[in-house]
Amino acid sequence: MSTTPNTQVKSTPHSPVIPHGTMLEVQDLTMRFGGLLAVDGVSLTLRAGEIFAIIGPNGAGKTTVFNCVSGFYKPSSGRIELQGENITGLSSHAVAGHGVVRTFQNVRLFKGMTALENLLVAQHRQINRSWLAGLFKTPAYRRAEEQGIERALFWLDYMGLRGMANREAGKLPYGYQRLLEIARCMITRPRVLMLDEPAAGLNPQEKVELQGLIERLRTEQGVSVLLIEHDMSLVMGVSERILVMEHGKPIATGTPEAIRSDERVIKAYLGEE
Amino acid sequence: MRDTLRNAMLAAVMTAVVVTPIFGLRLERAGIETVLEPHWSRVLWACALVFAVQLLRPWIARLFGRSGHAGRERQASGWRLPELSPVQRQGLIVLLIALAMVWPFMAGRNAVDIATLAAIYIMLGLGLNIVVGFAGLLDLGFVGFYAVGAYTYAMLFHWAGWGFWQALPVAGAAAALFGFVLGFPVLRLRGDYLAIVTLGFGEIIRLLLINLTDWTGGPDGISSIPKPTVFGLEMARDASVEGATTFHQWLGLEFQTVHMVIFLYLMALSLALITLWISNRLIRMPIGRAWEALREDEIACRSLGLNPMRIKLSAFTLGAMFAGFGGAFFAARQGIVSPESFTFIESALILAIVVLGGMGSQLGVIIAAVLITVLPELAREFAEYRMLMFGLVMILMMVWRPQGLLPMKRHHVEVPA
Repeated sequence: MSTTPNTQVKSTPHSPVIPHGTMLEVQDLTMRFGGLLAVDGVSLTLRAGEIFAIIGPNGAGKTTVFNCVSGFYKPSSGRIELQGENITGLSSHAVAGHGVVRTFQNVRLFKGMTALENLLVAQHRQINRSWLAGLFKTPAYRRAEEQGIERALFWLDYMGLRGMANREAGKLPYGYQRLLEIARCMITRPRVLMLDEPAAGLNPQEKVELQGLIERLRTEQGVSVLLIEHDMSLVMGVSERILVMEHGKPIATGTPEAIRSDERVIKAYLGEE
Repeated sequence: MRDTLRNAMLAAVMTAVVVTPIFGLRLERAGIETVLEPHWSRVLWACALVFAVQLLRPWIARLFGRSGHAGRERQASGWRLPELSPVQRQGLIVLLIALAMVWPFMAGRNAVDIATLAAIYIMLGLGLNIVVGFAGLLDLGFVGFYAVGAYTYAMLFHWAGWGFWQALPVAGAAAALFGFVLGFPVLRLRGDYLAIVTLGFGEIIRLLLINLTDWTGGPDGISSIPKPTVFGLEMARDASVEGATTFHQWLGLEFQTVHMVIFLYLMALSLALITLWISNRLIRMPIGRAWEALREDEIACRSLGLNPMRIKLSAFTLGAMFAGFGGAFFAARQGIVSPESFTFIESALILAIVVLGGMGSQLGVIIAAVLITVLPELAREFAEYRMLMFGLVMILMMVWRPQGLLPMKRHHVEVPA
């Protein structure tokens, strides 16, 4: 899956290569903070091209799972594999380099930079980084920069944010900030997109649009999506399979229908009689 | 109205407390004894002045049309430079550079000397601007790298007989190496902690220079360092090597010491311009964007696959390199280096230039560097109050223009609609 920036500029957005089989495999993941067992024996399999949701009450350990997978925490035990490659315990930037990128619960944009610059920074690994080429503006460097801007504009268009290109990211309306954060992930050409509560703070209309966006990203861009979300209509509408967590433990995995009628899940959400 | 009165009273009392030890009580020597002589009238005048100004403040504020909240918001955005088209901009830059090149031939010797100093500080300011302004790493030990550059040239001359031009790249490289080696362990720290460690580093360098007497000459430093040559031609009355031509002989001019002053100025100017050009390119390059991104949000950077350590190190190393070049030039200009030139106050001064100019704003840094070097020279008679005024300016800046003289402007990209 190594991509060369020159050949794939235009082709990536339109002709996605949807890989087959297992994309991400998490086995028996455990994360311990001192005496607190935040995640206890969680396993999940994200198939290629699948939208997979993790749900559960507040404090269930969903974000901790995200932090372990994306390399922000080193798991106490367990194994994380990306298409058969062991990525357990890699540092966060290395994990991102493997094509697993994430958004954050509270949007983390480069607030003082423009929307376009946010998308250019995200292409850091793809754009020509030779210093001398940059200092003397060699033709190859210029071309790489132009392609970078072109790709950024493509993603601004994709999200309907073109008019915001030169606006400071931190001053955009909240809904747009969420979209920009997703665009910033997608421009790195990830294999796995991890969305941490993408619908938080959005109005009902925006939530519907978000659902359409996630589906389009999967079908048009061929990305596999791992999702944490509290909004049930979004989760049930968009995901193929769902993992339910409570107190750090997995209590059920299955299709939305199966989850909706699962007794343990209902108990976890509504409490026992 | 009652609030205003109360504020004014309070301010007057505060003034009395602050001013009394400075102006009010004076130590006079009477024979062998010292007596404390009070000067209450000055204190009273100061209090009265503050009281009056505080009382009239709301009225003055209304006069300037910035009452209340709306006014404050307008201030926050502040005035900016007028927009120029790229052609106008380039024309202006060329004109300014040409002016700066021609000016020393008409100006007095002292003025050129001060301008040389200003150019050195511009260079240092732009170097630190990369670290503090772009990458957001608070470095209080910048003068350490400056010292490394200066001593590299001084020691290469003293122990190996190297000339300025051979030593200049080595001085830059040595300072960069120090930056790199220090950066490795230190850049894991953030904010205040980083500031403290770099502060310590600057002091360690200075103490090493004092104590490694055998190599650095200790507190006396190293002296009679030669000035730079003009492409191998010495600028002196007589050549130091028998039979060699000197600059004035080669050009058929009368020997004048002012030639050296002008030459040094032009060199400092070109070094500063090169620094400006490089840092101006860097910020528009991927690495520059990465620095800014890192300043804005390190966690987001990591989540996008940017290696924060490498990006920080590059900023730290590059900034140190410019300090090294500046140091080598400083050594050549002074002809003597000693640890006294590299105290913490220098670091603070360079940082003040960056903060005063507006973090990340290159034009701002240049203006601040010129102000900070030229103003104290113009106001020589107030030399004792230099630090006091310095503090006052900083406080006023914080109140009225916390973003600096010329805040950094974002580079906009033309977007076809």
